[in-house]
This record gives sequence, structure tokens and C-alpha cells, in this order.
Amino acid sequence: MSEPHIDTPQEWDDSIARPVDRPAPTGGRATAEATLPQRASDALLDVDHVTLRFGGVVALNDVSFSLRKGEIFGLIGPNGAGKTTCFNAMTGVYRPTSGGIWFQGESIVGKRKHEITRSGIARTFQNVRLFPEMTALENVMVGADAHHKTSVIGALFRLPRHWREERSGRERSMELLRFVGIDHRAGEVSRSLSYGEQRRLEIARALATNPTLLCLDEPAAGFNPAEKADLLALIRRIRDTGVTILLIEHDMRLVMGVTDRIVVLEFGKKIAEGTPHEVRDNPAVIAAYLGVPADAA
Amino acid sequence: MTTEASATGQSASTTGRQRNRRSSGGVRGWFGRQPVLVRAVIIVAVVVGAYLLPYLGQVPVVGPQLITEGIDWPSALFNMSYYVLLALGLNVVVGFAGLLDLGYVGFFAVGAYTVALLTSPDSVLHTEWAWLAALPVAVAIAMLSGLILGWPTLRLRGDYLAIVTLGFAEIIRIFATSSETLRGDRGFANIPHPPGTLPDGKPIFGVADATPYFWLGLSVIILVILGVRNLDRSRVGRSWLAIREDEEAAEIMGVRTIKYKLWAFAIGAFIGGLGGVMFAGEQGFMNSGTFVLQFSILVLAGVVMGGSGNIAGAILGGALISYIPDRLRGITDPIFNTDLFGFRFAIFGLVIIAIMIFRPQGLIPSRRRAMELKDRAREVAPIE
Repeated sequence: MSEPHIDTPQEWDDSIARPVDRPAPTGGRATAEATLPQRASDALLDVDHVTLRFGGVVALNDVSFSLRKGEIFGLIGPNGAGKTTCFNAMTGVYRPTSGGIWFQGESIVGKRKHEITRSGIARTFQNVRLFPEMTALENVMVGADAHHKTSVIGALFRLPRHWREERSGRERSMELLRFVGIDHRAGEVSRSLSYGEQRRLEIARALATNPTLLCLDEPAAGFNPAEKADLLALIRRIRDTGVTILLIEHDMRLVMGVTDRIVVLEFGKKIAEGTPHEVRDNPAVIAAYLGVPADAA
Repeated sequence: MTTEASATGQSASTTGRQRNRRSSGGVRGWFGRQPVLVRAVIIVAVVVGAYLLPYLGQVPVVGPQLITEGIDWPSALFNMSYYVLLALGLNVVVGFAGLLDLGYVGFFAVGAYTVALLTSPDSVLHTEWAWLAALPVAVAIAMLSGLILGWPTLRLRGDYLAIVTLGFAEIIRIFATSSETLRGDRGFANIPHPPGTLPDGKPIFGVADATPYFWLGLSVIILVILGVRNLDRSRVGRSWLAIREDEEAAEIMGVRTIKYKLWAFAIGAFIGGLGGVMFAGEQGFMNSGTFVLQFSILVLAGVVMGGSGNIAGAILGGALISYIPDRLRGITDPIFNTDLFGFRFAIFGLVIIAIMIFRPQGLIPSRRRAMELKDRAREVAPIE
């Protein structure tokens, strides 16, 4: 079915969202051009037409979504849909082939990983990546160090500021361990922690970097129902401290229970976006998760 | 002590204390559990004992067995002191940051040659500075050379980094051999000794007795130990460890990986350069023959043998790589009637092989390194 081409509000928004270095299509959009340098202000994170190719494989294909401050946002999709790739693009591990990623109105494409972390995006990993030979407390302190100013000189001469930062970092790290409920293991080497504790430790370590946006990559993978319920409560508590949360998850029920909005990816493309309720009833999503009957395809 | 107490209690050296608490077994565990006063007394005793080492020969029964025969004991001690210094420096690069550096002698050479160029009458510069004046310049240039080596090699790890650093040391050696400015094997003579005179007008640092040089070296070592220990037990040490364990995760957690890798190189080079400065000041003469590849490998062997990533291990390893060959000097073997010193590398090789078989984590291992090794063993043999 063909439609006459008209300027829908959706398209108009897109032209505002276009980065400065990508010229807007010409023709009758003078008003839009005048507002180019501004970004939509209520969005915390803007993923704007991001495409990521590895050779011939298109891992992300023109994916766009934006996060509002204070929400729990779900990113779901079947295996290999590009969820983790999307995280990696957002945290500087991969650079998008095209498109822009904006965090608090600033482009983060091309920034170094530690700069992105310091600007306020923290993440956990799908397969836990702690520093195995450090204690739980030290792991969290590495995250807390992200905002510390003293370095080699301060540490070498034990300057007062070094002491202050070490102490506040240690206290804050202990608080975070208590917050995620593993403070009794603070002195243990992190590799000796149980799987569930390691996952919680990763969250504490990410929180220690003082993020505005916390990205959790399948935090409930391998959890039993009771552990999942605990995790849900933890995620809500984190949100209540004012941190926005982006959640990659496999388990549909978990996502439905906790998220405010959801984007569904399949084969690197966004196939649906909306509230959990809307997404659940979306035929494309059902097809992606359950498959399409042969006769309907 | 509970974790609660360590978080809220006297905050001074909690990280260090935690480490002690964690290492519950063995001598270190025992040491960590002692009251502060007892620990202080032990440390003072060890330091005093180290300063008294030149008189070891006067200790009845064991003393004469331990001191060297073919080389006077104070000189052997001084040799040990700069090897220990080098092992401490290399331990920062290899043990803490996990960057395999095979060309560490390069920094030693940079430090020594800078002193020679600035102080020796043979130098083309004709500056003839005092040894002490050349010291800060020499270590600064060594540090700079560390950055110059570090910068282009930041992306390299493991074997690749090892090859590049090997090349770096060879460049310096070949340059020293063939360049007119650095005088090849003719070398530099009359490099001045450290300053100071005794009440009777004789210089403290003469040519007859190496004891004062050993004391100087020991003092420098103590300062270096304090500095390196401070770094290890701070965010710097945590950053190095994080980089060693998972560089990408470290960076995603906000660690400036480039900065801390460069610092590791610079600090290692600083200490290596310091070793070179000490060496030049004691010897009074040096040429390009000093800075052979063997030297780098030997120091690396010392670090690994002693226990990579552990300051005490590096000290022991560094001392042994110098002591063992010196002890062999002047001992005639009964079969070939030759000086055992000629067999030093063969004997030394056997010792290293034995240590690596029976104690692969090193003589005084870093607890973390020991566990990493165990992990690797499990990866190799997953049936265990």
C-alpha cells in the first residue's frame, strides 16, 4: 500500500535530532534547520539511527530509541538480535558505522570508554567480568576511583587528599556492597564469591562510578525465581535513587514486571517499541519470540 | 577484625590491613597478625641487619660460608643492591601492570650513559658535572625514555610487547657500541664518585672499599620500596591490577588505562635509571659491554623467580641473581679444575629450572599471582 509522502510529526522530529555533521535534506525545512544544534532535552540518552556493520554482517540496522530520565527501559529480543552489540556501541567498545549516540545532549560517539563512564554511563557484562583476584571491596573501589582526582603523586607521597579520597571511596564502596546485600563478603577475593554474589558485585561496581544511566546486560541470567525476585527489587531500589536503568533481558516475564518502556530488536532491527503491555500484544514480537507458522510466512 | 570495623574504624591503612588479614597462612599471615609494635620492631631489626651485612664474615660458623670468595664481599653486596633495585623497578612493569618488558637494561643504560656523558672528562660534552648533579638529569631522561618506549607500545600485549622492548634494548646497546659519542667499548673513564668526605679528609666513597656504596644502595632501595609500596596500596595499584586482569573491563569501569600503563613504564624506567646512576658512580668506568641482553633476562628471571608482583619476592630474586654467580667465583671444581664462575650460567639455569618446577609461583609469591597461575593450570588441565 503506497502513501502520499507528507511531513509527519515523526519525521520532523528526526530532522531536529540529526547531528550537526549530517546535513538535513534540503527543501522547505527552514524552521527545522534553525533549531539544529539543540537536542530534545527530556531525553537522557538518544540512540539515533545507529547502524553497525562487521564486514558484511549488519549487527545493528538503523536502530533508534531514546531514554527518559528516571525510567527503567527494557531492551529485549531473541538471541543474536544485537542487544549486547547495542550496549557495546553505547559504552564505546564499538564505534557505530553510522548514526549518532547522544547522552545528556552530548555526542559520545568516538569518546574513549573511560570518558563515557565518567560522563555517567555504567554497565555490567553478560558474562560476569570482575577482577577475579581482587577482593569484593577492591572491585567496587576501582569503580569509585573513576571520580577521584589524586593519582601517582598523591599516592606516592600519601598527600592528605589521597587519604580523603581513599577513605571516602572505601566507605562509599562498603555502602554499595551493603546496598546490594553482599557486604559480609567484602574482604573475600571476588572469584570465591557465588555466582549470584558476583552478579550483585558487578552492579555495585558499576554503581560506584556514580552513573546517571546504568546498563544491565542480562543481570538475571542463570537465576532461580527467588533470586530473580530479589534482583527485581534491587533494580527498583536503584531506580528509586534516581538512576535511569537500561535493562537487557531474555526473560520476558522479568522485563514485563519491571520496565516502563521496551524496545524489541530482531536481527539488528527495531521491530517494536512501547509499554510492556503494548509490546506483549504486538504480533511482530510474538512472531520473533515464538516463530511464525509456515503458512503465515 | 570484621569488615564493618575495617570500613568504619581507623581508616589509615585499612587496605593494607585487609591484605594482611586475607593472607592468613605462612610467615606473612603470622606477621600480619602481630601487633603494630611487634611488626615495627621486626622491620627495624631487618633494616639494621641489612645495614650490617658487610660484616657478615665476622659472624661465627655461618658467616664465612655465606660471604663470597672470588670477589670482596662489600663489592658483591653492592652488586646485589643494584640488581635488587632493577628487580624492584621491573616488578612494577611486569609484576604489577603485567607488561612483559624484555629490554629493561635499556633504562639502566640510559641512566648510566647520561651520568657518564655529563660527568666524565672523556665525554664530548666536557661538562664534567658532579655525580650528584647528574643524578636528577639522568633519572629524568630515563623516565622520558620509558615514556618514549611506552607510548607506541600501548596497544601491544604479551609476546608482541616483549619483542618490541627487546628491540628497544638492542637499539640502545648497538647505538652505544657504534656511536662515536657513546665511545663503544672504549667507554668512559673517571666518572666521579658520590660526594662526601670523612673527618680525616678521605672521601667516603673511595675505590678501596665498596661498603659505603652498598649502604647508599640500600638506602635508595628502602626509599624505592616505600614509594612502590605506597603506589601498590592505592588507586594506582588497583588500576594496574585491574588492567592486568581485564584491560577492557578496567577501562569501562573508568580506569585510564593508557595513563596507568605509561606510569608503569615511567616508574620502572625511573628505578632502572637510578640503578644505572648508582652503577656508574661506583664503577667509575663503563663501556658498551655492560649492557648486554643477558642482563635484562637475568633481572626478569630474578623477578619471576622471587615472585612476580610481590615486593619482597623481587628483592629476594634480585639479590639471588647477583649473589649466586658471585658466590661461585673463586671456587675451583674438583673435576675440571676450573673456576666455577665459568659455569655460572649453567648452574644458575639449573637453579631456575628447579625453582620453576617446585615453586612456579616464585619463592615469595604474590598471593594474587599464585591464584592466577593455579587458574591457568586448571585451564590447561580441566579434568582436575
